[in-house]
Amino acid sequence: MLKEKFKQEWEQDKMAKENFKRASGRKVDELRPMSAKVGVVPNADGSAMFSFGDTIAIAAVYGPKEMHPQHSQNPQSGELRCTYNMLSFSVTERIRPGVSRRSQEISKITEWALKPIVMIEDYPSTVVDVHINILQADASTRCAGINAAALALAHAGIPMKNLVSSVSIGKLDKQLVVDVDKNEEDWEEGEGATDIPITMTPDGKITHIQLDGKISTKELKEAVELAREATKKIYEVQKQALKEEFK
Amino acid sequence: METLELTKDRIKQFLSEGKRFDGRKVDEFREIKIETGVSKKAEGSARVKLGKTEVIVGIKMDVSEPYPDSQDSGNLMVTAELLPLSSSRFENGPPRIEAIELGRITDRGIRESKFIDLKRLCIKEGEKVWTIFVDIYSINDDGNLMDAAAIGALIALKDAKIPKFDEKTEKVVYGEWTKDKLPLKKVNDIPIQCTIHKIGDKLIVDPNREEEDTSETRVTMSISNGNVIHSMQKGEQKELTVQEFNNVLDLAEKNYKNLIPKLEKYLK
Repeated sequence: MLKEKFKQEWEQDKMAKENFKRASGRKVDELRPMSAKVGVVPNADGSAMFSFGDTIAIAAVYGPKEMHPQHSQNPQSGELRCTYNMLSFSVTERIRPGVSRRSQEISKITEWALKPIVMIEDYPSTVVDVHINILQADASTRCAGINAAALALAHAGIPMKNLVSSVSIGKLDKQLVVDVDKNEEDWEEGEGATDIPITMTPDGKITHIQLDGKISTKELKEAVELAREATKKIYEVQKQALKEEFK
Repeated sequence: METLELTKDRIKQFLSEGKRFDGRKVDEFREIKIETGVSKKAEGSARVKLGKTEVIVGIKMDVSEPYPDSQDSGNLMVTAELLPLSSSRFENGPPRIEAIELGRITDRGIRESKFIDLKRLCIKEGEKVWTIFVDIYSINDDGNLMDAAAIGALIALKDAKIPKFDEKTEKVVYGEWTKDKLPLKKVNDIPIQCTIHKIGDKLIVDPNREEEDTSETRVTMSISNGNVIHSMQKGEQKELTVQEFNNVLDLAEKNYKNLIPKLEKYLK
């Protein structure tokens, strides 16, 4: 009896997954159209734009330069300093300009996501400033920001082990999907939406992961695998953008 | 005081043999001591000690307007303050990223697991709802404030009684309480937070101050029902391989099993 019940449930789940349709018409593992361009801020030492569909981020890098305030200097290594900011008109309801607790946390998360790949140990007492601004938001803004930042760092000629690529994996009710948009982020049916932004190096190391929602450890492991495949595609777009610039 | 590089190397060396300075196993929490009713003026409060680490969490409630995007739900505000009294490392002034992150991680653990049924804290849709303030203060920082704060928040919320509300004046009658407790989830659905640290190539739980300083990566998550994750955040500077990440999840599940019997009494 119990076995039959499980089988039934399993088949229902399978059916639900097969019939699953994203509002955007994308396949479950399909990213939104991406575009990337380096050199968007001529003043900066390095800069880049990265977009997933309607989410657009630009990043500019200044440095390495002398760290101010002086007491923040690290005589043993250069420091990476990221600031994430959403422009007030980037969302439907205007957000108050300036720093918020949310933006401060995302800034720190971005710093940690990029830190494993930048090699600025040999620039003591300096800082590399990465300024990220979101022009238009349709979910996954921190991911777009990290992708743009990685490109901008490379464009600035900062010594790096590699790039990083970031994507947001979502779980809508029971279905895992790649690259969540705003419409999906607000999913309310069944188990609701779980949002999992993940950043990885091209060789598959996780430099950043966050999660909000409800997901089993088993499903989370699957989500990481999906992110692995998606970040490979993002990496190609990033690489192409850099090649365009240095053609 | 800063932890010396020499000490950090020693901690790594010890851990590579599976040993810790204080003799604990890698997956062993320090002794957890819990006390409720720390402040009579608060709606609910708790003191949590993990070894020498200590936090106090207090709950206050007020009636206010709902947020525009949740007209029929109460509000939740979680803030953390790292008091200068608790460590020579903390200074007065506006909250820094450490305090902000601590508050926000605790907030998401509670919010995302729907531990509080905020819908039931609506007095009049679109006009009046209860706001719950969860305020976390560090009293002594000997590492892992993160998990101490989360435990403190759960228990303080469990301890809380809803204050009286005068419907005529539409004001909260402070200092007088109803018998009603907050609408909270029960045992298995309660989110237990757990932070796993990676030191060298070993994973540990509940680091003390020196171990936390040595840690290069941490993953904080809140878990219910043994293996359901509601929130997660990776912090600090080093990367994790997918295999290491899977090990983190396994250790987190194990840690959940270890913690539940210790906290059960307070969470009933």
